[in-house]
Amino acid sequence: MGHLLRLCALALLFALPLSRPAAADLQTVLQENAEDVIRASRRTVEDVLAALLADNDPALPAFLEEWRGRNVYVREADGLFVYVEEIDRETYRLLDIVTRAEIGTAGRREVTQLRPNSGVQGVIASALVEFQLRDPDPARRAAALDAIARNPEAGQLGPLTRAAEAETDPVLAARGARLVTFLTIAFADETADRVAAIQSLSGDLSLDARAALNPLLTTRLVLAEGEDPPPGNIAAEVRPGSETLGWEAAYEMLVQAGRAPAQVSDADRNAALVANLADGRVAGVAVASLNTEAARDAAYAALAAEGIVPPRQTEAERRASAAAAQYFLVYTEADPAVTAAAEQALDAIELRVALNQFLDLSLDALSLASIYFLAAIGLAITFGVMGVINMAHGEFIMMGAYTGYVVQLFVPDYTLSILIALPLAFAVTFAAGVAMERLVIRWLYNRPLETLLATFGISIALQQLAKNIFGTQARPLTSPGWLDGAWVLNDIVSISYIRIAIFGLGVLFFVLLLLILNRTRLGLEVRAVTQNPRMAASMGINPDRINMLTFGLGSGIAGIAGVAIGLYAKVTSEMGADYIVQSFMTVVVGGVGNIWGTLLGATLIGSLQKGIEWFNPSNTLAAQTYMILFIILFIQFRPKGIIALKGRAAGE
Amino acid sequence: MRRPFVLRHPSVLVFLALLALFTLGVTILSEGMGLGLISTSFVKTLGKTLCLCLIAVAMDLVWGYCGILSLGHFAFFGLGGYMIGMWLMYERTKGIVLDSLVNAPLPPTPEEVRAAIGTQIFGVVGGSEIPVIWTFADSLLAQLALVVLVPGLLALVFGWLAFRSRVTGVYLSILTQAMTLALSLYLFQNDSGLRGNNGLSGLQNVPGLLHLPQSVVSIGFFWASALALGLAYVLAAWLVSGKFGSVVRGIRDDEARVRFLGYDVEAYKLTVFTLTAVLAALAGALYYPQAGIINPAEIAPIAGIYLAVWVAIGGRGRLYGAVIGAAFVSLLSSWFTGGGAPPIDLGVYTIQWTDWWLVLLGLSFVAVTLFAPKGIGGLVDLVLPGSVPDRHGADLGPDQGALREAEQARTEDGK
Repeated sequence: MGHLLRLCALALLFALPLSRPAAADLQTVLQENAEDVIRASRRTVEDVLAALLADNDPALPAFLEEWRGRNVYVREADGLFVYVEEIDRETYRLLDIVTRAEIGTAGRREVTQLRPNSGVQGVIASALVEFQLRDPDPARRAAALDAIARNPEAGQLGPLTRAAEAETDPVLAARGARLVTFLTIAFADETADRVAAIQSLSGDLSLDARAALNPLLTTRLVLAEGEDPPPGNIAAEVRPGSETLGWEAAYEMLVQAGRAPAQVSDADRNAALVANLADGRVAGVAVASLNTEAARDAAYAALAAEGIVPPRQTEAERRASAAAAQYFLVYTEADPAVTAAAEQALDAIELRVALNQFLDLSLDALSLASIYFLAAIGLAITFGVMGVINMAHGEFIMMGAYTGYVVQLFVPDYTLSILIALPLAFAVTFAAGVAMERLVIRWLYNRPLETLLATFGISIALQQLAKNIFGTQARPLTSPGWLDGAWVLNDIVSISYIRIAIFGLGVLFFVLLLLILNRTRLGLEVRAVTQNPRMAASMGINPDRINMLTFGLGSGIAGIAGVAIGLYAKVTSEMGADYIVQSFMTVVVGGVGNIWGTLLGATLIGSLQKGIEWFNPSNTLAAQTYMILFIILFIQFRPKGIIALKGRAAGE
Repeated sequence: MRRPFVLRHPSVLVFLALLALFTLGVTILSEGMGLGLISTSFVKTLGKTLCLCLIAVAMDLVWGYCGILSLGHFAFFGLGGYMIGMWLMYERTKGIVLDSLVNAPLPPTPEEVRAAIGTQIFGVVGGSEIPVIWTFADSLLAQLALVVLVPGLLALVFGWLAFRSRVTGVYLSILTQAMTLALSLYLFQNDSGLRGNNGLSGLQNVPGLLHLPQSVVSIGFFWASALALGLAYVLAAWLVSGKFGSVVRGIRDDEARVRFLGYDVEAYKLTVFTLTAVLAALAGALYYPQAGIINPAEIAPIAGIYLAVWVAIGGRGRLYGAVIGAAFVSLLSSWFTGGGAPPIDLGVYTIQWTDWWLVLLGLSFVAVTLFAPKGIGGLVDLVLPGSVPDRHGADLGPDQGALREAEQARTEDGK
């Protein structure tokens, strides 16, 4: 308690204005307390510190640093406190403790080193912390806070609390207050203070709040001596054979406590058998017959009966003795009020964390959905309007991404290059799509399966072509600097700007396509051809032209999607193949020939994939497997997708 | 009085005779039996090609005759390989383990042997337990049954789900591809119990036949493959020749019409789908011991599409077309990619066929689809015009690629 009083006195002294002019020289004050300085003990050093602080010489922090570092010496001749520098092994250069000016030299035996013990060093260190926390330079104050956060100690709580109250910078004040809360939780003496601090963290989402609370709830397994639970803050009783405590571990604890004979493992048993092997027989049993576990157990039992080896307990016996004992989980934190409060606070945090994780997951799912939407929408248009499956769609995506890469080779400014790449990718893939439609697909209408195969032929040719031109290694498509980084809402919810941009692109194309299809002449004709090509033709619409333009449009959007995908993933010749099956799934699930359907399909597949990944985050492969299985089942119930075309348009 | 089966279908006899001749020829020329003009590795390549011909026959049955473009038959092929691979690997490892324990002071117990096998096989994926699916791995008979049962059941369940909800045409193709992708992604996981992307290896070492050199074993597998192909061919030819075949072709050409005639279309499709899946699995079970290794990459969706490419190039709707296509394209492919084809020097650029073969294949495939939908098999029609079925101008349905009357194909273009 006296210790605490002295700390309070120290605090009062600190509360005095720091700018007070020095009443006396640092050296003078030290000389006044010379005895206590030289033979400092934990008990006396605080008085000295109080005196030094009352004097408050500007050189004091440096002096404390040197004192703690055992670099302060006393000149035997006149008792002057000095710093020293070693000239050689026998001679030191003496420095003034205020000005650090050289005041002479001395032999090794003419000075005595001050050797504060670790307790004294601790007290000095916490005084030093206070100096750092009150440094006029905010950067150094921040550094001091960092240092405390990295390596919190009990002694820092007092100085930190006082410094945080005096802090003027609002950012640092907030950080300081937060650190005070964490240190209070860990080190405060009063239960009420700790509980109050814990409760103030209730519902706090940050990682360091959880890091401060979790250690309070660490437990260890304790084997009860008899019937009564062991002393300490008991969390729960555990039964052996549960998840926390396996049978083997439970028995091992009994062995450690000396309450059960050590377990003889299979390996030990075998070693014992080998050790007692003589003339091809062990305990009267032929070695050749020891080729089953039962025979070996019997032989060992025979050895044990002769008293050669310790007896071996069967599994059932081990379990029985483990079950007879009582095991408890005991909190390392002794105060039950603290653990109860921590548990409550963590529960509240976990609920909010779960809610926020859901939000984060939804954002992830949305961004994945927008990628799928971009990748699939072109396919949906061509499939819906023409009934044509374009297996080379993925390669159009790849083509768009490589267009972006090539543009970046020539235009080094990333913002400008992306602005050029987007329309250029559209143009390139539009041209490729139109060429493919004119040269191949036109001849294969009414033969959808053969279209599928022919476009697949084009797909492998394009893929290999890209490999021959650009090589097999991944090519970068760098996003502009302003798309770097992420939008961070809190420690849990964040989303990178690139994904937001892709989402924006997806929305843009969704709206654009809706406008084209519903508000333009081309859209009207496309819809007419979708519903009934022959009737459309007899109304004066040229289905050939419409087919060509639709195919070009679908392919062009694939090119744009390629640039978008290339920005956040690598550009390889196989990137198209990675997206093609997902794109087909999106179209099939959403329903053919309908932009809204594609949107719904992409959303469903995106959220499904993220949702499954959340259940099993370590295994994205399994997530994809389950998603595909789900889609196969989904087709059972809605074979035409979420939004099915009705009437004649639904076709055969 | 009907004429005997072989007389009505002379192509079966011709095919069997050619296959027997080929098998005998290769055997005599091989290292293992005779002259040594054909290396053991090439015998294996030929044996594997026969297996590919077998799965092509299955593909032709399901696509060329029944009109179901399944891109998933390589999944069944791979599953068959995995099932036989489990036995091969387990027994082989067991042999190694027993050999290594022979000098131990105590004779090994069954539990020790199992644990050692588990560590040997699954150490590479960080496990030592033998998964449940390996329960029957120590029995050749059980695994042979699984070769048929596992892919068969998968095909039955998948087909039942798909056909029941009337998923047809392109949708079905995509769905089968998705199934293949799901399976391969599942197998890529380390905890799938089948060693993840390491797959099963050392399958060329057949337990019990280890004293025989590979040159002899390879001939054995070559014969087995030839026998399986011959039997499957006869079975397929017999199936498509009778009433069953007529219904199946009817489903290909106009499914709704066959349904209105009172046939249970779904049951027919399911039968064909499952049967061909089993044939594919058998082909896989014969293929992978010759290849020596199987991993999930073999089941990649693209493999299923290549299968369709072979059959399309060879000629759909005729069994020998599928065999020709598979043999021709796969051998040509290994010739080109193996560096056998000489590079072409264009002055400014040298065409290395290892790089350009896929481009050539893709484009020639497009050309075949566009200009020669009958494939290589169509050449036979030029030589033997009588082999085209005479239906007196009746409508044969919309699928141009399948074998049909020449006259009909001409009028189709005017449509």
